[in-house]
Amino acid sequence: MLQNRSSYPPQQSAVAPSLASSSEKSIPTSLTPSTLRTVATPRKVTIYDRNLNRRAPELSLAAFAFLFNEIVQYSQKNVKGIQEMETKLSEYGYHVGQRVLELTVIREIKSAKRETRVLGLLQFINTGIWKSIFGKPADALEKSKDQEDEYMIIDNDPIVNKYISVPREMSQLNCAAFQAGIVEAVMDGCQFPARVTAHSVPTDLFPLKTVFLVKLDPVVVERERYMR
Amino acid sequence: MSFYLAIIGTKDNAVYDLEFGTYRQGGDGRPKFSADMKQLCPFIVHSSLDIVEEMQWNTNVMHLKVIDKFYNYLISSYMTAGNIKFLLLHETRADDVIRQFFVDLYDLYVKALMSPFYSVDQPITSAVFDQRVKMLAKKYL
Repeated sequence: MLQNRSSYPPQQSAVAPSLASSSEKSIPTSLTPSTLRTVATPRKVTIYDRNLNRRAPELSLAAFAFLFNEIVQYSQKNVKGIQEMETKLSEYGYHVGQRVLELTVIREIKSAKRETRVLGLLQFINTGIWKSIFGKPADALEKSKDQEDEYMIIDNDPIVNKYISVPREMSQLNCAAFQAGIVEAVMDGCQFPARVTAHSVPTDLFPLKTVFLVKLDPVVVERERYMR
Repeated sequence: MSFYLAIIGTKDNAVYDLEFGTYRQGGDGRPKFSADMKQLCPFIVHSSLDIVEEMQWNTNVMHLKVIDKFYNYLISSYMTAGNIKFLLLHETRADDVIRQFFVDLYDLYVKALMSPFYSVDQPITSAVFDQRVKMLAKKYL
């Protein structure tokens, strides 16, 4: 996900006045001064020239830790409480999740299919998405005993929290809200609207253990019942 | 032969559309729709969205093949993991070629999505994207 920014020209800078007129445009055939100029300068590498499959899929953990650290500090500004800060982190994660979903699916081209059932999708998040972002599957996927519409994805040692130390007065905060946002975006993207929240459940063995609680929208529950 | 391609977002909003013709059989790549048909194209394509919605839960494939017919025109559809719909109006049945076209278009769409300046459901206005889609059309259709 983290690539050299200079090679990303802003989408908006492209010159296409409107959708409708885009079909009328054609490649100029005569050598006008403007075409001469484009020939003279070396062609700019656009995002469309890059391959979606990276040769080296792994990124430096330090770079990620620094970047995420900045994200946390940035979201700490102008927020009134921990709740609001978690919402903000989750929003940032949402933008990542929307992209990760499509990217993960297209990289696993051999299994080019859409998820149409809740369990299938959760398993895809548990293994596929987690693997493509963190390089390992999540530790467990559980269904809530008393609530039919709640599932839990458990990560014993979330990478996002590895280098985050939460001050005592903010002990309620779990920065994995960012990760929860990613999961929420994937659920939403597949048309399974849900609310995803991150909760710390420290144990002696895994002090950073986090549970991602997925609460499905009533629409999804109803559809699932209908499909069964 | 003429084609009309539309990319539809998650909220049934238009993301991108393009009219083009074939380069095969001495074609020049220009669409040859009649004046009436030119206006009807977006209408026909958008009306087939209902059928896509009906089909999407019964199957988990991405390429839904030909889903609708309107006089002599056929509508093929492809649905991405993130529920972006690609719809193509065409005249003859050619599932394999169209599938390849859609798969490559998907690749292109994901590249557009990777740009941090683009967000889901926004219209794609990039000239490079436009040019690449035209290249794909020339290659396959």
